[in-house]
Parts: sequence; structure tokens; C-alpha cells
Amino acid sequence: MKNKKARAALVFALLIFMFFAAVVANVNTGSVKLSPAQIARIIFLREDSADSVIIWKLRLPRLLTASVLGGALALSGLLLQTFFRNPVAGPFVLGISSGAKMLLAVVTIVLSGHMARVPISVTVIASFVGSMLSMMFVLLISGRVRSMSMLLVVGIMISYICSAVTDFLINFAKEADIVNLTHWSLGSFSSSTWNDVIVSAAIVIPTSVFVFMMSKPIAAYALGEGYALTMGVNVKLFRALLILTSSILSAVVTAFAGPISFVGVAVPHITRMMLGTSEPKTLIPASFLCGSVFCMICDLFARTALSPADLSVGTVTSAVGAPIVIWLMAKRRSGEEG
Amino acid sequence: MKDEYFFTLDGLSVGYGKKAVVSDINVRLPRGTVLSLVGPNGAGKSTILNTITRRLSALAGVVRVDGGDIKKMRGRDVAQRLAAVTTERIRPELTTVYEVAASGRYPYTNAFGTLTSDDRKAVGDALSRVGVDDIADRDFLSLSDGQRQRVMLARAICQEPDVIVLDEPTSYLDIKHKIELLEILRSMARSGVTVVMSMHEIDLASKVSDMLMLIKDGRVAGLGAPCEVADAESVRELYGIGRGSYDDVFGSVELPRADGEPLLFVVGGGGRGIPFYRRAQSLSVPCAAGIISENDVDIIPARALCVEVVTAPAFEVFTEREAEAARAVIDKCRAVADCGAVYGVVNRENARLLDYARERGKRIITSPDETAEACGI
Repeated sequence: MKNKKARAALVFALLIFMFFAAVVANVNTGSVKLSPAQIARIIFLREDSADSVIIWKLRLPRLLTASVLGGALALSGLLLQTFFRNPVAGPFVLGISSGAKMLLAVVTIVLSGHMARVPISVTVIASFVGSMLSMMFVLLISGRVRSMSMLLVVGIMISYICSAVTDFLINFAKEADIVNLTHWSLGSFSSSTWNDVIVSAAIVIPTSVFVFMMSKPIAAYALGEGYALTMGVNVKLFRALLILTSSILSAVVTAFAGPISFVGVAVPHITRMMLGTSEPKTLIPASFLCGSVFCMICDLFARTALSPADLSVGTVTSAVGAPIVIWLMAKRRSGEEG
Repeated sequence: MKDEYFFTLDGLSVGYGKKAVVSDINVRLPRGTVLSLVGPNGAGKSTILNTITRRLSALAGVVRVDGGDIKKMRGRDVAQRLAAVTTERIRPELTTVYEVAASGRYPYTNAFGTLTSDDRKAVGDALSRVGVDDIADRDFLSLSDGQRQRVMLARAICQEPDVIVLDEPTSYLDIKHKIELLEILRSMARSGVTVVMSMHEIDLASKVSDMLMLIKDGRVAGLGAPCEVADAESVRELYGIGRGSYDDVFGSVELPRADGEPLLFVVGGGGRGIPFYRRAQSLSVPCAAGIISENDVDIIPARALCVEVVTAPAFEVFTEREAEAARAVIDKCRAVADCGAVYGVVNRENARLLDYARERGKRIITSPDETAEACGI
């Protein structure tokens, strides 16, 4: 027992250190080179210069969005894994992000004729409704199929259907919209504004706290629905809350950054391995932190790899996350039942 | 106590959707009784238990614990009174045995599930009671099925329930752990816990239970003390056993005997003949036995496994009349088994039967291993 606590403390210390390291690295890196002293002056003394615009308007909001949304993605994946009792479940893998993207495309195309810029509230709501829609589809089908790999197939099919609809709609879109939509369809933190940071944090942080409050029933649910019931968990309500919170979290991500692939699967798994436990009380905050760090590092990589061109962060997360999913599937192959 | 019956099922109908699997179940149990549900596979035992644990909702009727309808009680209140060990195969990742067992404290802990020292003591006690305290830090998924089953029992024990519901708790367990588990359940019953479980082993169920509920064809086919409801005839009927046998005195089971003209005559008695009857059965050799007292331990397996048994009344000396009957059977057989019984005043005739067999040139065997060869198979 003591060992576990010490290990958890160590993991948290490491994650917090990496968080700050990633922040510093992100602020420090880019096509415009700035010395650490300059950066410190800009951030802490609010020194006004041409470079301060780069820091305040570009790099800071971008890295903060990455950290908030990265945490949200990790939690969303964790909740879906709890719900489906399936280690490869995640918002992207199950096609939930694609559903959000599809509805975003619909709304953008419909509204672009009437207003210059689609308000953030509308994007968030559209993305949430889209997430819930594809979630309903997944639920409908997952009632019939129980095996882990089938669930994955269902998710991929839903992704394809949503992408087909989205592509179809793009034919009717104006050129300006297409730029926006492609940006969404790849997933990126670039062009994040302070407004994005504030709105996403205002949704993600309270939702994450709420998820943390559900640690106890999440632990009980891991032992199966029957046992959760005998422990006094209101299973119907609990399942509904899992769906709702995971959809809110992944919807926010899609609304602000587009579908970012595989973070939801990879991060909770990496965190579990680091902690050596699945105890939600520890796993939930650690996954959030790890998601933040993961996305910031991936974004840093996306920005610098082909500098000055921007790679989409979704490309980087796929490169890291997809192998983890394959590894998980291979590992589970032997132990899978039904 | 306001009601002498602590746990009751009143007019309960259980099933899936609208279709009833078992209907009109009525049972009233005082504190500290053990009720076992027995019946063939698919009879609806698990359906009944799943309804009691609220996994399924009742189609009609109510389940009452301590006078309260469990459907109307708060989840936490039910959980403090009723614990379960189900057949659900759980796969918690990276979770220790201790953590799985400690989940039984769920209805007692605070909003974050923090274990107090009382909780830790209850978990520790439960783990040592089922004998898994030495593997408390192991990963649950690394355990064998039998060990997992015992951990799930520890989980239910530390939930400190008044009623414990178990669905086939003895499956996956070897004989030692079966006995241990049933003894734990009995001792829980002695301390006032009502035990409701389903069991495949009717013999064990009869031995451990205060009450048996026989379930067949969608209804309760019998309810009462094991000696009242689990007689050999009811058990044969319950499971639809055509051949093979079940003995209600010892709860012993024998496979169907080999029918036909007897090839082997076993001069049995004192339990010595039993290995011969069983070997003959496994080789499909029809066999006969004699002379056996009606109060001899050989009598039950002999009657189950032999085509003919020459018997003598209990506590009586064997007479010439029985010996003659036995000689008639020996004449038909190829071989005679001398199973090394002790000969005293009562069974002196048996020693003479062996002499008779030798005179008649019958092959005499002294070990079951010789059966096949002696009978020409």
C-alpha cells in the first residue's frame, strides 16, 4: 500500500515537472527565436515589444489550449473505457469526434450565408450534439456486439459515414468555409485565441472536477455492472453521466481544435502503466495532467518538425497513438472472451 | 424483531422482458438460514438470484429484507444489507486483490471511498477468513478462477450483509475449497446471516442447507428441509435422470450400471466391494454382488451398480437360503471377486461362497485391475 502511494507521488511530481518543462519549451520554441530572459520580461514584466505579440497572442494561448484540451481528451477516453470496459475506446476511435465534426460542418455551411463568423457558443453546441448523435449510434450497435474488436469496427464505420457526409457537404460550401473545415478535419491548436482558452477552460475544468467526484462509482463499475448494483450504485444514472461527461469533453475539443486522434486511448493507458494502478482517484487527475503534457509536446513537435510550416497536431498524435492501440489489441488478443 | 422472517419472497415472478422464467415463488426465511436453489441447467436459478440482487426487475411480487421492499429502498441501504457473489467474470485492470475485496466497503465509505481503519480491519479479516490474505497485493487478474471466487466471497463478507446471495459459489473450486467455502457460509449463518445460493451439487446442497428449493419447468417443484424434499425419487425427477443413480442418504452419485447377464460376482461387504462394482461399471461389465447385509455400506453402490444383489436382513446371520441364491448367480458368472473382506460369525457363508467358486473352477480375482482380463474383455 505504501509503495503505491510513493509511486503515485513520484508520478505526479514527474508529470508536474514535465508540464512546466513543456510550457517553457513551447514558449521558447518557434520560428522567431527569443532568449529566456526576453520571454521572462515579456511574461512577467509585461514588456511591450514586437515579440510580445508573438508570445501573448500566439504562443501562450496555443499552449494553454493544448494543455486544457489535452486533459479533456484524456479524461473523455478514460470515461469511455470505463463505460465500454474496453481499453481501446476513445472519442476518436469510436467515431464520436467525427460526428461532432460533421455537425460542425453542417452548422458552418448553413450559417455562413447569414453571418460573418459562427459564434463559439454555436460551435460548441453543434459539436456536442454531433458527439451525442454518434454516441447514440455506437450505443445502439454496441448493445448487440460485445467484443472489443467489433466495437472498434463500429467506431471506424461511423467515422467513415460521418466523413462521407462531411465531404458531401463541402461540395456546397464556399471557399472560405472549406479552409475552416479542412483545418477542423485534421485537428490543430494553431490560431487559438485567449477567448478559446477561457471558454474551453470554463467548460473543461468544472466537468473534470465533476468527473473526479465520480471516482468512487467509477471504481465500483470497473468490477462489472452486477457488482456495482449490489454496492448501491445507481447504474442507469451513472452510465448516463459517463456518456454525458465524456461527450461534453470530446465536444469541446472538436469545437476548438477538431478531431485529435488517439490521445483518448493512448494517454489513459500510458498513465495507468506509470501508476501501476487503475484506482480512479489517482488515475483521473494523473490522466488529465498527462494528457496536457502529451498534447503540448505533440504540438511542439507539430510546430517545429517542418518549421516554418505547421504540421497538424492530429498527425503527430496519430503517429504516437495508433501504435499504442495496435499494441493494446495484440496484448489483449489472448485474454479476450467472446 | 418485528417479523420473525427476515428475508421473504412473496409471489415473486422472474424472467426477461415480459416472459416469466419462474413464477409464483414464495419463501420466508428467518435470520441465519441457508437456502439453496437446485434444479437443472436453465431452470431459472440465476434469474431468481439476479432478481433478488436487483439486476433484473421482478415481473410480479416483492423481495423483502428486514420487512422492507428492496425495490423501494435506497441503493446504499440495500447494499448494507445484501451482498452478492455472482457468476459475472470481472476483468479489472491493474487492480489488486485487496482493492477488489475492499470494494465491499463501498456502502460504508465516504464520497471518495476512503477506507477508515475500521474498513481496513473488516477487509483484512475477510481476506484471512477465506484464506487469501497472503496474496492480497497480487494483481487480481493473475489469480486462478478458484482464487478469484474466494476473493469475491471475501468482498461480500466485508460488506457485512444480513443476506448473502451466491450464484454457484462452488464452481471453479476444488474439493478442499468447496468444503471450506461451505463451512464459511455455515458459520456466517450461525452468526445470523441469511444465505441464499444456487448450487449444482445436490449432494452438497443437501448437506449444507436448512432449506432446499427445487426448481423445474418454470415453477417451484419442492420447498423444505433437504430430508423432506431431496429424496432419491424427487432428485431423479428434478434432473430427469433416466439412468445412473442418486442416493439421498449419503448424497452419493453413481453412473448408470452395465446391464445384461452378470459376468462377475463380487463377494462384497464392509465397503470392500465398492471398487469392484465401480470398475465393472467403467468397463461396462455386468456384475452381481452378495451376500450383503441390508445395513452394509456396500449396499447402496451395489444396488446402484449391480444387476443382481443377494441381500440378507440387517443384523442377521447369513443363512443357507441366501447362500443358495448366491450360488445360483455364481454359476452364471465367469469370475468371482474375493475383495478381502473380514469373515466373522455373521458372514461366514461368504467365505464358503469363495470355496464354492474355486471348486467350480471360476476365475478368482483379488484386485479390480484383474476384472477386464478375467471377464474376457
